[in-house]
Amino acid sequence: MCLAIPMRVTAIHGDPDDFTSNQVATVDADGISRDVRLDIVDYWPAVGDYVIIHAGFAIHSLVEEEALKNISLLRELAENMPEELLS
Amino acid sequence: MKHLDEYRDSSLALPLVEELKKAVTKPLTVMEVCGSHTMAIFRNGLRSILPDGMKLVSGPGCPVCVTSASHMDAFIAMADIPGVHVTIFGDLFRVPGSNGSLAEASSRGAKVDIVYSPMDALEIAKNNPQELIVFLGVGFETTTPGIAATILAAKNQKVDNFCVFSTQKTMPAPMAALLDDPSLKIDGLLCPGHVSTIIGAKAWEPMARKYNLACVVGGFETADLLKALVLLARQVGRGDIKVENVYPRAVSREPNARAARMVDEIFEPADMDWRGLGPIPQSGLKIRETYRDFDAEVRLDITLPDSKEPKGCLCGEILKGKKIPNECPLFDKRCTPATPIGPCMVSSEGTCAAYHKYGRDI
Ligand code: SF4
Repeated sequence: MCLAIPMRVTAIHGDPDDFTSNQVATVDADGISRDVRLDIVDYWPAVGDYVIIHAGFAIHSLVEEEALKNISLLRELAENMPEELLS
Repeated sequence: MKHLDEYRDSSLALPLVEELKKAVTKPLTVMEVCGSHTMAIFRNGLRSILPDGMKLVSGPGCPVCVTSASHMDAFIAMADIPGVHVTIFGDLFRVPGSNGSLAEASSRGAKVDIVYSPMDALEIAKNNPQELIVFLGVGFETTTPGIAATILAAKNQKVDNFCVFSTQKTMPAPMAALLDDPSLKIDGLLCPGHVSTIIGAKAWEPMARKYNLACVVGGFETADLLKALVLLARQVGRGDIKVENVYPRAVSREPNARAARMVDEIFEPADMDWRGLGPIPQSGLKIRETYRDFDAEVRLDITLPDSKEPKGCLCGEILKGKKIPNECPLFDKRCTPATPIGPCMVSSEGTCAAYHKYGRDI
């Protein structure tokens, strides 16, 4: 049930503080675009941020920098395996 | 997608496999709680590279598998009521109850639709005002906030032919019930990734302390999983027990406050029946009185039947990590994904389904 693919936000609708507004983001992955709900996302994203989605709802948002940092950290770990980063 | 490919890159994985060998200095048993982890571990072939001394057992984290036989029977009975149109996540469709499955109910004329999101069920309700649309809520913390948001949307949009049958379950409670059982020896937990996105990594801290249990929150890619296993082995080896999070791109230490607020608006804690584990106090969620119009159990006046587990099925023991599917005499004989007897064989995240697909020799 858990899809771990972060998707890039390309458009945002609705008001973060008003649950009656249509809180929706358009996201993009591999050129496929779709709408996801933002009702329960931890932090309201901006265009260009990434979100992790579960059953049509964004559940976590992360800024692009954060997404890229995680990837380079993993890569570095694999290449050098510095003990202090792992522990 | 570029990012994902990088995680799957095997040049990332190989050094981690070496690191895992070095990290296992003491025998240890790790439970992967989440059904998505069970599948990811098999898919990545990680069981075959586990160093001697490290054992992985699957836990009660596949939502369909822990749905009790009596809930299943109630779901099917409800689908048979004329005018009721049941909507479900796909995994539930073929799970057998005492008298057939939702699939069989559907073939005898019951209205059953598979949806991707509870919001899709709400759309069905709007388009079919003459029917009562019931969404069968099955899942953990990751799924509940979306169901809560859907109920709130139904209220705001004044959709009165939509309701939810909540069998929503909450996470750390059943783990405590398992760990209190002295016959089960677990040294570490691979904590569920997306449940932790909602409850925050710190939700595992009391467990780590109380049970002296190594806890690592991990993701679903090869490198994520390996890194989590390395840290678990190190914690146990060094006796330095704590909660670590190697899935920071999805999980923070703090809970998701917006999701928590949404859940708290609609649901309240309740005792819940788990397949295999039995009733566990305050391990589930029911719809609050204020939202009773959206509660299928109230609207349809459901009483849960007293159902028996399928005869000969060991799902209960498997969900507790006490048995593996190969120990079930029905496994791959009478029970296969085409002719499932228990939910662990039906669900795409079930342990028996995983062993059938990837792990016959393990
Ligand atoms: S193999 Fe089938 S009958 Fe045996 S425990 Fe698994 S689901 Fe139950």
